[in-house]
Amino acid sequence: MIKKTFNKIYDTDIGYSFFNSKIAIISSSIFFIIFLCSFFAGLVAPYNPFDPASVSLMDAFTPPIWSEGGNSSFFLGTDQQGRDMFSTMIYGSRISLIVGFASIIFAMILGVFLGVTAGYIGGRYEIIVMRITDVQLTIPTILMALLVDGIARAIISRSMHDEMAIYVLIFAIGISEWPQFARVTRASTLVEKNKEYVSASRIIGLSNVLIMFKHILPNILRPILVIATIGLALAIITESTLSFLGVGVPPTTPSLGTLIRFGNNFLFSGEWWITFFPAIFLVVLALSINLLGDWMRDALNPKLKKR
Amino acid sequence: MSFLEIKNLNISYATRKETIVASKDVEFILERGEILGIVGESGSGKSTIANAIINLIDPPGEITDGSIKIDGNELRNNEEFIQKSRGKKIGFVFQDPQTSLNPLFKIKDQLIETIQTHLNLNYQDSLERSIQLLKEVGIENAEQRIEDYPHQFSGGMRQRVVIALAISCEPDLIIADEPTTALDVSIQHQILKLLKHLTVKRNLAVMIITHDMGVIAETTDRVIVMRYGKIVEQGKTQDILTNPQSNECKSLVMSVPPTNKKIDRFKLLNPDGGELSDSSLNLTNSIIKNWAVRDISHEKLLDFKNVTKIFDEQSIVMSKKENDKLKALDDVSFEIYEGESFGLVGESGSGKSTIAKIITNLVKPTAGEVFFENISLHDPKNKKIKNKYRGQIQMIFQDPYSSLNPRFKVKDIIAEPIKFFQRNINSADVDKNVNDLIDIVGMTRQSLDRYPHEFSGGQRQRISIARALATRPRLLICDEPTSALDVSIQAQVLNLLKDLQDELNLTILFISHDLPVIRQMCERITVLKNGKVCEVNDTENLFNNPTHEYTKELIHLMPKIESIL
Repeated sequence: MIKKTFNKIYDTDIGYSFFNSKIAIISSSIFFIIFLCSFFAGLVAPYNPFDPASVSLMDAFTPPIWSEGGNSSFFLGTDQQGRDMFSTMIYGSRISLIVGFASIIFAMILGVFLGVTAGYIGGRYEIIVMRITDVQLTIPTILMALLVDGIARAIISRSMHDEMAIYVLIFAIGISEWPQFARVTRASTLVEKNKEYVSASRIIGLSNVLIMFKHILPNILRPILVIATIGLALAIITESTLSFLGVGVPPTTPSLGTLIRFGNNFLFSGEWWITFFPAIFLVVLALSINLLGDWMRDALNPKLKKR
Repeated sequence: MSFLEIKNLNISYATRKETIVASKDVEFILERGEILGIVGESGSGKSTIANAIINLIDPPGEITDGSIKIDGNELRNNEEFIQKSRGKKIGFVFQDPQTSLNPLFKIKDQLIETIQTHLNLNYQDSLERSIQLLKEVGIENAEQRIEDYPHQFSGGMRQRVVIALAISCEPDLIIADEPTTALDVSIQHQILKLLKHLTVKRNLAVMIITHDMGVIAETTDRVIVMRYGKIVEQGKTQDILTNPQSNECKSLVMSVPPTNKKIDRFKLLNPDGGELSDSSLNLTNSIIKNWAVRDISHEKLLDFKNVTKIFDEQSIVMSKKENDKLKALDDVSFEIYEGESFGLVGESGSGKSTIAKIITNLVKPTAGEVFFENISLHDPKNKKIKNKYRGQIQMIFQDPYSSLNPRFKVKDIIAEPIKFFQRNINSADVDKNVNDLIDIVGMTRQSLDRYPHEFSGGQRQRISIARALATRPRLLICDEPTSALDVSIQAQVLNLLKDLQDELNLTILFISHDLPVIRQMCERITVLKNGKVCEVNDTENLFNNPTHEYTKELIHLMPKIESIL
């Protein structure tokens, strides 16, 4: 049964390309492992770093296990509060992934909706939407996110701020990434719109909403999927950057970026592991997603297809 | 020793799942001063052979066996010799003149580059030679036109430039791969005449690859008929066309629509040679009863009144000047009566498709009105009444590859209009309707659960017809329904359309650039040129005694398979 399903998947072009690409297999397995670890953080991580009872300041600044003074109970050492590095990283990556996924889904829904409607309806509406994306693309992602964050801080009361921080972050990153989706979606919609099956649906009399989302959208999902994958890596990095700058998630629920910021203070006093491991972890995570996106872009491009 | 000798040529494409044999044991010769036609359906390996001669087979394609000799020199695996021969000994004319010239270089530069690569001439001599060549292929005012860029030439002129390029270094062999397929009839005629003229004048060997039997009949001396990568028959053009031996060849010749008479149905052959009787239509009585066929009233169904359409690019900043605007239709009027099949014929850019789009409400006319049974189709006040008439007009499209949504199963494609028009229909009735429709267009019910990409062009066109019939239309618009299909498939689809019209009392508006097809399908014809109506007439009258100059020219110039008989 499993073998049959596997053969079926292997038989498709995309499956074949996947199982014959080392990069795709390695990067997707790394990403999958990290994803599972962070999803089941409670089971995987040896400690719960947010439980004050399990943290002891006595253990602070324990170096990794292989260094001098390492402690066998803390594999990658501990930070300045005595929290186990490995556990904080697993929990931190959970925050990073949640923010990454949520913001990219937000950006995707917004961008795809505006892109499909702009491409299909055309006219003034299209011109206005596309000029907005042009303007927004001139503002760097980080600046845009900082701007949103700043406004949110001014609006939301101080007591609510920590609670709302993660939603603000998702909104900020999502709002700065939607133009990519809008552009790609619009371009693909323009191509599909002129195909005869769309004319056929219009002659039948189907409503525009039905044509856009039932007929056109399923046919333009491939490029959107590629953008979303590469965008996911970008969103995670943006989140880390914002957290590193201190405008991201609050220190009580640290993400990878927050961990790097904490560790950065101790980098030159010899406690290199506090910033080094989260940084490496972030690089591996972003790289594996990016490589996966690269492979997907090539595999889904019929022009590059190897026969 | 012959000029071009191809022996035992085998070419195959190895893909992941299978090895496709594109050419199997192909053998033929070609002499100087001779025009050889290679004809066959799509996928029969015509172009593969042409590409093999100049070693342009893309991987994973590979010549596995055989030899290609020009003047006794082996071309296969002889990259150095081919490099020298391309352009010098062998000239190539591609199908699409839009893409075979580099748009960034002047015609002059492209000609001179080719000439200087192969001939030992200085700039001035090459320039003079280029001008000479352009004059030879019939470009007027060559001294000035040579300074132009490709986009400043029309399609036919561009193909002439391509031919000038091909003969620039006095090649002995010209390979023309569908040289006139992208061109209109009148330009096609000129280009073929030019090729014939050059063959005699320069003692060239010419190889023309085409799917058009009319072109074959009018230009070639000998012809090779191919199928599935094999040569099924070769010989003198006249012999093959008048007295074909093999079944493949017979069926090919039979399916070509005759230009000089109207036939009732196309005869079709089984692969084993037996004649195929009316198999395309399996209308059982129950389906027809269920269908509730309307009686034909012979009254006016569609009135297309003084319609003008101007396309203008939308811009926020400025609007175009009045006389810059392109008039796609200019005061076009005609009427269609119920039960007839009405033809629209014209060359590219004549506004045929725009008319179809206006009738189906895909675009709105700039001026004029369209009445369907006295209901104005474009009056915004008529919205409610119009919805009642929705579905009474349906359309079949030109491109079978883009007219079906690739993400939908055939079942869902056909069911969609049914569900849309009968909101509270239950699923059993939908299934029954869909089954009836797929029977009517002559396909098996197993095909319902598959996706469009699993079908051939002809089958897809049948699915497209089934979808159009799903709303029980009274007027069926066919916009070039067979121009993307092979002749034998075209014959089947045209037969199907004829049968459907007879059985279901449909009114058909048939749009085509192909005069022989129009002649077979229509009772009355409108000839269009540049958005204006030239002539409206009964088919037989129009073909036998055309009154308008343009009609006369079109009928005179169309390639006729009978010309050889």
